[in-house]
Amino acid sequence: MKKLRRKVYMAAGYNTISLGTGRSEFNPKKPRPGIEHYIKEAGQETLKQIGGAKNVDEGAIGNFMAPRFNKQGNLPGLIPMIDDGLQWKPCTRTEGACASGALALMSGMKSVLAETADVVLTVGFEVQNTMKAIYVADVLAGAGWFQKRKDGHAYFFPGQFSNRAGAYYEKYGMEYTRKGFKKWFKNAIENARLCPTAQEYENKVEDLDTLYDKMKLNGKAFVDNLSVLDCSKVSDAASAIVVCSEEGLKKIGIAKEDAVEIIGWGQVERNVTLDPPDLTELTTIKKAAKEALDSAGITINDLATIETHDCFSIAGILATEALGFAERGKGAQFVADGNTSRDGKIPMNTTGGLIGWGHPTGGTGVHQAVTIWEQLTGKAGEAQIEIPKDRPYGMTINMGGDDITVVAIVYKRG
Amino acid sequence: MKYDERLQNVTVLGAAGKMGSGILLLTAVEMADLSLKPENKSKTFVLNAMDVSPEGLAGLMSYLKAQVQKLAEKKTVLLRKVYADRKDLIENREIIDQYIFDVLNIVRPVTKLEAAYDSNLIFEAVSENKDLKVKLLSQIDKNNKNKPWFFTNTSSVPINIIDNETGLEGRILGFHFYNPPAIQKLVELITTDDTDKEMTEFALEYAKKLKKIIVPSNDFAGFIGNGHFMRDALHGISEVENLTKEMSFAEALYSVNKITQDFLVRPMGIFQLVDYVGIDVVKFIMNVMNPFHDDEDLHSSLLDKMIELEVKGGQNSNGSQKDGFLKYEKGKPVAIFDPEKKEYVEINSFNEKCDKIIGNIPDTKVSWKSIIRNRKKDEVLKDFFNTLKTMDTKGAKLAVKYGSRSKEIGKKLVADNVAHNEDDVNTVMLTGFFHAYGPVNEYFA
Repeated sequence: MKKLRRKVYMAAGYNTISLGTGRSEFNPKKPRPGIEHYIKEAGQETLKQIGGAKNVDEGAIGNFMAPRFNKQGNLPGLIPMIDDGLQWKPCTRTEGACASGALALMSGMKSVLAETADVVLTVGFEVQNTMKAIYVADVLAGAGWFQKRKDGHAYFFPGQFSNRAGAYYEKYGMEYTRKGFKKWFKNAIENARLCPTAQEYENKVEDLDTLYDKMKLNGKAFVDNLSVLDCSKVSDAASAIVVCSEEGLKKIGIAKEDAVEIIGWGQVERNVTLDPPDLTELTTIKKAAKEALDSAGITINDLATIETHDCFSIAGILATEALGFAERGKGAQFVADGNTSRDGKIPMNTTGGLIGWGHPTGGTGVHQAVTIWEQLTGKAGEAQIEIPKDRPYGMTINMGGDDITVVAIVYKRG
Repeated sequence: MKYDERLQNVTVLGAAGKMGSGILLLTAVEMADLSLKPENKSKTFVLNAMDVSPEGLAGLMSYLKAQVQKLAEKKTVLLRKVYADRKDLIENREIIDQYIFDVLNIVRPVTKLEAAYDSNLIFEAVSENKDLKVKLLSQIDKNNKNKPWFFTNTSSVPINIIDNETGLEGRILGFHFYNPPAIQKLVELITTDDTDKEMTEFALEYAKKLKKIIVPSNDFAGFIGNGHFMRDALHGISEVENLTKEMSFAEALYSVNKITQDFLVRPMGIFQLVDYVGIDVVKFIMNVMNPFHDDEDLHSSLLDKMIELEVKGGQNSNGSQKDGFLKYEKGKPVAIFDPEKKEYVEINSFNEKCDKIIGNIPDTKVSWKSIIRNRKKDEVLKDFFNTLKTMDTKGAKLAVKYGSRSKEIGKKLVADNVAHNEDDVNTVMLTGFFHAYGPVNEYFA
């Protein structure tokens, strides 16, 4: 394990609901809460767990596209809105597309390591249902290289990952691959049903296999190689957690067993103007995960659970390969065999992930950290999985764009 | 003249009306799509939206914009290909906005008939008044050198009569959309022995491009759709009159409306449908049809009375329902008009009593909404109606009688040679009226 100059912890996590299609509260024709509602709810609930705003040294807020979805910039200024006690404290906004949330965590971790802060309130959010999906696609396309937008698909990112799925089909077979996708989708919904904040929490479809099989691919209306069931959701949500030092933990009155320790990470960037080197590999994720595990001094076999960035089912499958659980081309089988299910070898996305819980783009990285914190500290409620004593580790993988900005973090029960 | 050329200059008469606006929308989109084809880029496409109401035309443009936007949002994948050579259009929003502009840019809102003098094709969707139709069409044809084709949206006037009175010599056919034209899949196509064959072929191609289902109807006043609807409505009115011997008018009308919706598993009750179409329009259609039917009287003094009291139903320009036999709040019936008292009676002041008298439906889980997309619809309906026939309640008995009458009307349309066959009658009711099952069925005797 790479020696850090001081220990870094996370604690006091909170997720708002993920609002969007699937939730009974959601009605596209009626006005919905704005960004302020989500940021306040998540921030205030975290503050309640740490003895209030007075204990916070610094704020970090992760968001992708509020300037377009909500016509709001200058986002650090929204942190003091959470509580008067945060007024005049240093705050930072991070942006790295869908990895914006993990970048906020990194910002907090680096402040703690730099010893300029002991407690950093970290928030991630996105409120995307301000426009229809066809326009949401325009905004999210900003995670790619703009000069390629003109030739891209109307649904730009589904188009990018449809190309990846197509390449995988070609190499390893379509029917075989889609069996893996189907299982990934089924796991996502079944896990989401155990988590009251999840967007698919109320999903009551009895036969998910048939639902998946019935949803035919239709390149005329959507993309060629994926159906909407292979895609993450359009979501409104925020998550918050504190990043703190050992002293910070004491200051906020949280016992170590109620916190997780950060024991390693990998933060890797790929040139956004270039196409991926290999459509059937998530190269950046592979590098980030390796760095994270190496720095933590553990292997994938030590992990009890992983939250991975399944913006599309193909990204979930490819992640199992990038992490090294399956050989190239065997990820679909690995998933289809139930290895990533909640009772499998390595439970992934135990509250539904981006397909089941939801994908508030700039908030997802923080949501993933909150989920791992809940699982490792036994606070996951009905969604709780068993964490073996000899494997007290979890990992998050947060990806921005098509394998561009990636942050992998390794957590240990505190 | 080829298809694209024919559609280079078109006029819709009555374009701001309920039917006209839908026809205009569909035609504008079809013409815009033609204009965007590479081979047509140097050509100008013109669609005159002619209406006597400037206010109506202003509303029409807002309606068009909103509808074209929705359509463009659904076909953005295709539109990105259409505008692939436009380097300035990058985001979906830019492409959608351009498409809206390109469709609206074809449309010329006009109040003067002269605009139609250069058209190759004229859609007629003015009010259901034969003399008005004849007057407008004659005037256009006299001044138009192109020997234009005329498509009339009449739902009742025989085409041969308009043809004879205008002297068009076969350059007219019935192209009857159902309301709302942008949504209902059905078009009744009415031709006569004199109809220009090339024009009929064009009509079939045009319908196909609009993704419409064509049902050919013979040239009898009312054609298939209204041939069924008018008689079905008259049966409903006579049942209301029977029921008033034992209950108030409002209660009787409420009961028949409920039976026709819930017990017959239809999208709306018969009186709600009359309100939707407009009480005045229904009366007009009956007036047009009646002289052609010696063996029956297609007339209702109840409709006369409602119109005399100026209670007409129909829709507001924003598509919301106007009050008629029923009073609506947010689209839902809340009261029934009593023509004697000349006021609306709140439904919740008597519905419990009525519901008790008519009884329950065989299965509360079965409704038009629940079965319309159910693949096992036939089985569900068979069970439902079989049980209905064994029930001894007033509602069940009236419903069975109603279903049998509907079947009788359907068969008569074939016997009278209005429809070519029973399937055509059923297709009209399924696709033009959105019924879940056709009137000629095995459920009713």
